[in-house]
Amino acid sequence: MGASAQRADVREGDNQLVVKGVSKRFGGVTAVQDVSLEVPRGSIVSIIGPNGAGKTSLLNMISGFYKPDTGQVILEGQDITQKKPSDVAALGIARTFQNIALFSGLTVLDNLMLGRHVLMKSGVLSSVIYWGMAQKEDIAHREAVEEIIEFLKLQDLRKQPTSALAYGLRKRVELGRALASEPKVLLLDEPMGGMNQDEKEDMARYVLDVNQERGVTVVLIEHDMGVVMDISDRVVVLDRGRGIAVGTPEEVQRNPKVVEAYLGKSKGGGGA
Amino acid sequence: MFHRESGIFKTTYSADMALYPLPIAKWTVAILALIFVVIVPLTVHEYYLSILNLIFIAVVGALGLNILVGYTGQISIGHAAFMSVGAYTAANLAVRLDLPFWITLPAGGLMAAAIGVVVGMPSLRIKGLYLAIATLAGQLIIEWTINHVPAISGGAQASIQVERPSLFGVSFNTQGHLYFFLLFFAVLAIVATLNLVRSRIGRAFVAVRDQDIAAEIIGIDIYRYKLLAFAISSFYAGVCGVLYTYYFGIANYEQFQLIVSIDYLAMIIIGGLGSVLGSILGAVFVTLLPIVIRILMENVGSLFFTTAEMANVISGLRLGVFGGLIIFFLIVEPEGLNRLWRNIRSYFRVWPFSY
Ligand SMILES: Nc1ncnc2c1ncn2[C@@H]1O[C@H](COP(=O)(O)OP(=O)(O)OP(=O)(O)O)[C@@H](O)[C@H]1O
Ligand SMILES: [Mg+2]
Repeated sequence: MGASAQRADVREGDNQLVVKGVSKRFGGVTAVQDVSLEVPRGSIVSIIGPNGAGKTSLLNMISGFYKPDTGQVILEGQDITQKKPSDVAALGIARTFQNIALFSGLTVLDNLMLGRHVLMKSGVLSSVIYWGMAQKEDIAHREAVEEIIEFLKLQDLRKQPTSALAYGLRKRVELGRALASEPKVLLLDEPMGGMNQDEKEDMARYVLDVNQERGVTVVLIEHDMGVVMDISDRVVVLDRGRGIAVGTPEEVQRNPKVVEAYLGKSKGGGGA
Repeated sequence: MFHRESGIFKTTYSADMALYPLPIAKWTVAILALIFVVIVPLTVHEYYLSILNLIFIAVVGALGLNILVGYTGQISIGHAAFMSVGAYTAANLAVRLDLPFWITLPAGGLMAAAIGVVVGMPSLRIKGLYLAIATLAGQLIIEWTINHVPAISGGAQASIQVERPSLFGVSFNTQGHLYFFLLFFAVLAIVATLNLVRSRIGRAFVAVRDQDIAAEIIGIDIYRYKLLAFAISSFYAGVCGVLYTYYFGIANYEQFQLIVSIDYLAMIIIGGLGSVLGSILGAVFVTLLPIVIRILMENVGSLFFTTAEMANVISGLRLGVFGGLIIFFLIVEPEGLNRLWRNIRSYFRVWPFSY
């Protein structure tokens, strides 16, 4: 699969997303300490690290849920550090959650349609009247959503409420909802967590396709080292809130600090 | 509304998304239209028309409250006060400026929406019980204000008489005439709500209700949508208040006290939260309940109670039955009458092949 050698489309130096020296403290706990991250356009960058290393906190700062105590988040040259999550989404950053956060009362179809919320315009009045503008808009966006449904092989589940789906499928629907917004950058927080081997392979395939066929830049948090080493262009390692290594999968695997961080702990999080 | 869907496949997205996805549903609508527009007004006695009229008004208010509570997951115990805002706005405009209903009605709705947004402001920071208390405060403050500011309430009685609405010189001054007037607005409210909840805005409301964090991450500004839900919901309440005013021929604060807010919450809980049909069923049920109890008691109760006692017994019984039903639906059937209806329907849908 696509190690960095094959990735001619990833241009070094063209960083779509840049995180500069962000820190975040919660009371006495330092979740993230002076971490920087460069995400080249069109790349897959993975963030790894033991439990509690601060991976999710870093993602939360990118997507606007946490305001960093220090540092900056920059998307395509624009400082988005202080923006609300909904505004960050509108600028083209989509994400999934470590603990799936779907709209359980709605169908798969409606969840995906909601993914296109920022791309749609209908206000209250045209919604209430519906026939005409709002309906036209709904149909146009429904077509885009159907394409994603096909891509993720969710055809049979369209009208199912998401609460009725198996865990692995819910993760897939959440990926679909994120894709529906046609993001520039996709943040995935452990998309393969809790899956069996087959499901993991499917998900890895989808992530690669999203990246290569749809040209979406991906930032991935994942514990499964096999998958990470297979699909990443670049790997960033966090340990106790600090960035301890950056590089290609091969470089990182050889880094003694990384080996120590993983072997020195009882919780290794997926074998290397 | 008896759907029979076996063997029907939809081939276009617009057909799949239609309000009445099945051909048979169109017939249902046509039959309902025939019943309500032709048969009922020709055959039903004036007294029963007046009850239907009350139901039509309640449908408007219940739909509005359900948008806020059932679809968006917020709560309001101040809806009766929003109705009174609509009622007094319309009454003042009608009496002082002699404006027709097609101006006073939206004006009452808009004024209620504005006040509703203010009362809903705390929803940005607090949820659940705390929000309930905040809106309760809103209810009491509005009640007090209307009662104590003669400029709004029209003086000592705190009530303003208005003339019945008229259109092209025809006045709706009998229950039979009001029937068409109110039926029109009930249907308008039903169609508007059906459209709203299946559109982008309605989906966003449900997203805020189900998963506020995920709602934000897909670009929904939660605060804006909570306030929008308060605005829309209060608009319905305001219109509902204006309709009451025209129905009774008077705007009177006593019709919009706290107990009425509770009645409307009961409608959507009993009918079914987050359901248009549930709002309608709830409005029918809660409007009919006291009437049925009264008729029963007048016939049966007179054996046990004197006429003087009767009024107390009836109102006590009404409260008791009400409370019991709310508790029953909250605990046993949170989806309300709507769910019971669906169960019956899905039984007949595959009938006679019941498994
Ligand atoms: N909102 C919060 N309030 C308090 N502490 C927090 C908060 N979010 C994160 N933390 C703390 O910050 C540290 C890093 O947590 P984080 O969830 O970012 O780790 P992680 O690398 O994603 O771990 P995992 O692999 O288990 O998902 C932990 O000690 C956690 O308890
Ligand atoms: Mg995490």
